[in-house]
Amino acid sequence: MGRRIAVCALAQIKNEPDIWYERFQGMLWECVEAILQQTGVTFDLKKGIRNVITCSDDVFDARTISDSAITDVVGAHYRGEEKIAQDGSNALGYALACIFSGQDDVILLTGHCKESQSESRRMCTNLAYDPFYCRPLGLDFVNANAFQAREYMVKSGIAEEHLARIVVRSRRNAAKNPYARQNHMITEAEVMKSPMLADPIRELHYYPVTDWAVGMLLCSEERVSEFTDKPVWITGFGNCMDTYFLGDKDLTGNIALERAAERAYRMAGIKDPQRELDLVELNDAVAYQLPLWAEGIGLAAKGKGGKWIDEGGMEKHHVNLSGGMLNGNPIMLGGLARATEAILQLRGEAGERQVAGIHKALAHGTTGAAGQHHAVVILEK
Amino acid sequence: MVHRKKNRNVGIVGIGQTQFSSHREDVNQPEMIQEAVRLALKDAAISMAEVDCVVHGNMELFEMIHQPDLWHVLGTGAYGKNSFRITTGGTTGATLAAAADNLVASGMYDVALVIGFEKLQEGHTTGGITNMADPLWGRNLQTGALTGSTAATMIKEFGEERAKRAAMMMRIILDKHAGLNPNSHRAFGLDFDQIEDLIENSPKLVGELRLIHMCSQSDGACALILAAEEKAKKISKNPVWIRDHITVHREETIHFREDESGEMTHHFAARHLFERNGIANPLEYFDVFEMYDPSAWWAVDWLREFFLLEGDEHLQLVENKEVMIGGKIPINPSGGVIAANPIGATGLVRVAEAALQIRGDAGGHQIPKPVRHALASGFGGTIWTVLFMLEKELDW
Repeated sequence: MGRRIAVCALAQIKNEPDIWYERFQGMLWECVEAILQQTGVTFDLKKGIRNVITCSDDVFDARTISDSAITDVVGAHYRGEEKIAQDGSNALGYALACIFSGQDDVILLTGHCKESQSESRRMCTNLAYDPFYCRPLGLDFVNANAFQAREYMVKSGIAEEHLARIVVRSRRNAAKNPYARQNHMITEAEVMKSPMLADPIRELHYYPVTDWAVGMLLCSEERVSEFTDKPVWITGFGNCMDTYFLGDKDLTGNIALERAAERAYRMAGIKDPQRELDLVELNDAVAYQLPLWAEGIGLAAKGKGGKWIDEGGMEKHHVNLSGGMLNGNPIMLGGLARATEAILQLRGEAGERQVAGIHKALAHGTTGAAGQHHAVVILEK
Repeated sequence: MVHRKKNRNVGIVGIGQTQFSSHREDVNQPEMIQEAVRLALKDAAISMAEVDCVVHGNMELFEMIHQPDLWHVLGTGAYGKNSFRITTGGTTGATLAAAADNLVASGMYDVALVIGFEKLQEGHTTGGITNMADPLWGRNLQTGALTGSTAATMIKEFGEERAKRAAMMMRIILDKHAGLNPNSHRAFGLDFDQIEDLIENSPKLVGELRLIHMCSQSDGACALILAAEEKAKKISKNPVWIRDHITVHREETIHFREDESGEMTHHFAARHLFERNGIANPLEYFDVFEMYDPSAWWAVDWLREFFLLEGDEHLQLVENKEVMIGGKIPINPSGGVIAANPIGATGLVRVAEAALQIRGDAGGHQIPKPVRHALASGFGGTIWTVLFMLEKELDW
């Protein structure tokens, strides 16, 4: 795998609580149209986009074969199209495979989720559980995450104050991000008093329901100059699946994330992530997950998440300057939103939150409850 | 559709299929998947330790399990491994094989385990398919999988008697094939002397698409193990090589494009796949074809599309029984989709069965002549196509 693969173009709409005025097809078309305009890429059968990788979810779209609703919008009429039905960060890994294999040299990648139109919290994620043992108990991602949260807080010395700090920081960072969901500014005291969602997770500890769409154009190294002079290279990818039953796994053991990160680091040739990564975007759907995932990728020492926050780890390693998932990205696209921020930063287009002299970034995505599946993507300038 | 040189060759080294049935009440979903996975590992004579990537897919609204790969890890063996979930509706099974081929050919993974499954008894298949149509524009008109039958156009083109006879003859040939496949969900023991009776008396579904013509709703799973050339040669004495595949989708409703030719996706896919691989005469080149044929009408009609035939050549192939085991181009020696249709697995089963024919391991439904080149197709969505070319030798 000597060749490299680049993201040549990126287009997104603003994250909003409820895009009631537009169908998801329209949200996506804004992104696709912007990419066509930015790059001049076509759907030509020899040189253009012949394969599209989409990310969406049948349950959230309330459509069987959710990708059949967008075939026209993404230009897959008489072209290939394949849907990644897990967190969108995995689509970046699959895009690498499509290009490295020789099957394709230009890939359009899209993601959309209108989380506002379905009962995300209780209904949709309850359906992820088996109908025999777990679903009738009312398990969903919120209360399953709560088990992990409690264990992690005890193990890594995370106090309510830490969580409040993470939430307030997320909103402050997001205020500098024009594509972030607009949320009220809050104080740490307000976070600590917010109603309990599933003990120990409070309402303000959980990402808010959000609608969003994004598009990217990827291509092989030899085609890059046709589309951009600011390529962002995807140099590492790894993902990993953990066990299903909560009782079967070490809830805070981070095995899936550790392996996903190890695989991505190996591919990208990263030996010391703490030193080599200039920017890190973690899929923190819930406040406690930010330090937990930071431990998983080797940014914080194991079991020392609380200390890492106290010592300013989040600022030192430029973690979630976008505001993170916690400020609001739709579920299924959390990881792709992380990659979106990393791409903007590496292109020097992150505005007020731009980190100077940045070369290497990590974007992380997770699927399922309590981090059952993780994906790690390494991006470079 | 141009592609580039494949980065490295990929071979199918393990094949596992469950028994297909209307009701696999003896197993839950992960258990059913585990049956297929175990059989594929046994066939390849490797353990899960050698698999570095698991690829999983189905149509989740059939069983109403959201992100089922999370629960199914109990049966897929994906714990601790790289894993992808990729779906495209009815084409899912074929897409999974294509995706796994890309993942292994890319150099990112050496051995991939591919799993397609469906347990249609746990949901409402027609409701699930109807839910695919746009809620504002199409859903009131969608009749599950019955929308789009080509019975009427074939009758218009070839006359009522000839078209109906050809479709029913195809149905009986496929039933005879299904009778030779112990995994089949349905094999009725039909014979050619029943053609007139069935044409008249099988209950009508839509127009001349009758119940006997239509595919089943099945439970079942299929697993394939794909390995990179070097590894494949170590694992297996006779890996089946994936030469190329192509995916062609089509938008869901009406064609608005100026360049719209009305060419069917199967024809478009076949034309481009054969052109880029230098296959001038596909009917001569391929020894067997496992087609995703949701009904006998489509099975006949699509022969013309896939083999780029003209006029009534496809009808003649059926009328002369050339599509039967022992004929010039056997279609679906396994019995095909009408015999068993666990939808998320169905496309993968086509690839699996084509590979078994190349290996000579198809048992009772092995075709008599040596099989060197096999074709397999997936169908789904709004007339979507995935088309696969499999080879016995690495000599193209």
